[in-house]
Amino acid sequence: MKFVAQRFLFLLLSVWAAITINFFLPRMMPGNPAEVMLARYQGKLNPQALHALALQFGISHQPLWVQYWSYLISLLHGNLGVSVSYYPTPVTTVIAQSLPWTLALAGTATVISVVAGTWLGVISAWHRGTIVDDILPIATTVSSAIPYFWMALLLLYLFGFLLGWFPLGHAYSTIMVPSWSAGFVGNLLAHAILPLSTILISSLGGWLMSMRNNMLHILDDDFMTFGEARGLSSRRLVYIYAARNAILPNLTGFSMALGFVVSGALLTEIVFSYPGLGYQLFTAVENEDYPLMQGLFLIIALAVLLANFITELIYARLDPRVREE
Amino acid sequence: MIRPVREKFPLSLRSLRKVDEVKRPSSIWSRMLGNTKFRWGLTIFMLFVLMAILAPVISPYSPTLTSFTPLDPPSLKHLLGTTANGQDVLSQVIWGTRISLGVGVGAGALSIVISIAIGLLAGYKGGLADKILTTVTNIVLVIPGLPLIIVVAAYVRATGPLTIALVIGLTGWAWGARVLRSQSLSLASRDYVTAAKLQGNSDAYIIRQEILPNMISLIVANFVYSVLSAILAEAALEFLGFGNVSDVSWGTMLYWANNGQALLSGAWWWFVPPGLAIAMVGASLALMNYGVDEIANPKLSVHRKRRANKRS
Repeated sequence: MKFVAQRFLFLLLSVWAAITINFFLPRMMPGNPAEVMLARYQGKLNPQALHALALQFGISHQPLWVQYWSYLISLLHGNLGVSVSYYPTPVTTVIAQSLPWTLALAGTATVISVVAGTWLGVISAWHRGTIVDDILPIATTVSSAIPYFWMALLLLYLFGFLLGWFPLGHAYSTIMVPSWSAGFVGNLLAHAILPLSTILISSLGGWLMSMRNNMLHILDDDFMTFGEARGLSSRRLVYIYAARNAILPNLTGFSMALGFVVSGALLTEIVFSYPGLGYQLFTAVENEDYPLMQGLFLIIALAVLLANFITELIYARLDPRVREE
Repeated sequence: MIRPVREKFPLSLRSLRKVDEVKRPSSIWSRMLGNTKFRWGLTIFMLFVLMAILAPVISPYSPTLTSFTPLDPPSLKHLLGTTANGQDVLSQVIWGTRISLGVGVGAGALSIVISIAIGLLAGYKGGLADKILTTVTNIVLVIPGLPLIIVVAAYVRATGPLTIALVIGLTGWAWGARVLRSQSLSLASRDYVTAAKLQGNSDAYIIRQEILPNMISLIVANFVYSVLSAILAEAALEFLGFGNVSDVSWGTMLYWANNGQALLSGAWWWFVPPGLAIAMVGASLALMNYGVDEIANPKLSVHRKRRANKRS
C-alpha cells in the first residue's frame, strides 16, 4: 500500500511537471511566438477568442502566478482552449478524435513487439554460441538503428508504391463510410499493416536484446544446472525455469521504452498521414496552432505517465521485492 | 559492472606492487579495443568521421549546386543520381555527414556531461540532494522526449544545427544520470573509497581518482547511447522540417526527398542513401554499445566451448 501511495505521488509530481513545462514553454521562448500566431489569426477569429488566446499564452499584464493559477483551474475543468486551425472546435474535441487511432496503432504494435521480441530473445539466448544467436542480435542491432520514419518511407515505397499491395496513407479510404461491416474493417486493416510493421520492425530489437541478456544471466544460475542434472526436458528448462525468471526485469524496460515507442509511433503516423496524435501534432505545428499543439503534448505526456504508473503497479504485484524497497 | 581492479587483488603486502602496476583506465580501454563488436563499431564510425573531415576532397561536386538534370537515376556521372532540384545525391550524403555527426556527437557530449554531473552528485553525496535529483531525473525520464522536442523546436523559430543539438542534449540526459547515479552510489560505499576519505582526501580528489576511473566503461556506453539517440532524434527533427532546411544534412535530405515526392517519382536513390547512412552510423554505435556491455557483464559474452560441451 505504501508502495502504491509512493508511485501515485510520483505520478502526481510528474503530471504537475508536464503541466508546468507546458505552461512555461511559450512564455520562456525568445521572439514571442504567441504574438506572431495572434498576428496571423487577427481578423480570422472573433475578438473574444483572440483575447482568450492572448490570456492562454501569457500576453497579459497579470502577474505570472495569477496566470499560472488560472491555467491550472481551466485545466481542471478540462479546458485546453480552442484550436485555431479547426476554429471554433475546442482542442479537447480534436484530441478526442485522434486519440483512439494512436491508442489502437501504438497499443497493438507494442503488444506484438513485446511478445515477439521477448520470445525471440529466449530463443536467441538458449541457442547461444550457434548461428541463430549470431544472426538475431546483429539483425536487430541494424533494425534498431534504422530511424522509424525512414523505415516507414522504405515500406511505403516498396509495398505501397512499387508493389501496390497496401494503400499509401490515411486510416481508411475516404470513399468509405465508417461502420463495423467486414468491408470497412478490412479496409482499416489494410491501411494499418504498413504503419504497424514499421513500429514492429524498429522496436523488436530492443526487447530481444534485453530479454536475451536477462536469460544469459539466469542460464548460468545453479538451479538451471541442477535442473539439467535432474534430466528436465530443455523445453521445460527454457520456458518454465529460465524465461519465467528473466521476463520480470524486461517489464521495467517496458515502462522505460514506452516514451520511445510513443515517439516512434508519432513519426510513423506522420509519414503515413495516419490521423492519430502524432500526425495531428505535426499539422498543428505546421499551422502554428499553438493551443492544439500544447494540448496534444499534454495528452501524450499524460498518457505515457499513466501507462508508466500502471506498469509499475503490475510490476510490483508480480515481484514482491519491489514493494519492500 | 566492472569490478574495480583493486578488489580483485587482495591487499596483502605481496600483491600491493601488482596493484600499482595495473593501470586501471588503460586496462579498460584496451579491453574495449580487444572486443570484436566494439572494434567493428569504432572502425565504421571512424570511417564516417573521416568522410566528414575529407568532404571537400572526396565529394565529386558541391552539395548545393543545382545545375544537373533533375531526378537523374544513378550513373557513372552521378553515382547516386540527382535530386528533383538537380543536386548530386552522393555529394550531399558526403557533406551531410558533417552536420549529422556534429550535432549527434555534440548533443551526446552535452547529455553525458549533464548525466555525469547529476549522477555523481546524487550518488556520491546522497541524502536530500540525492532525493531531489533522483526525482527530477525520473520525471525527465518519463516525460516523452520527442513530442517535447517538437514543441520546443516549434517555438524556437530560427533553428539550426546548434539549436537542435542544444535541445536534444538538454532533454536527453536522464537515462545516463540514472545509471551513473546507481553506479556511483555503489562505488561510494566501497572500502577503498572509505580508506581514501579517512586519509583526508577531498571529495573532488576521490571522485577524480577513485570513482570516475571505475565508471569509464559505463560512461562510454552511455555516451555512445546518447550519440545514437541524438543522431536519430536530429534526423527526425530535420525530416519534419524543424531544422534549417537549407543546410545539407541527412535529415534535411530526407525532408526534401519526402516533400519533393521522391517516393511517387520512384527516385529511390534520393531517399535510400541518407537513411542508409543514418542506419550504418546507428548500427556502428549500437555495436560499440554491445561491446562495452559484454566487457562490463562477462556473462553476456558467449562461452562457446562450455555451451557446446553442455549440449552434447
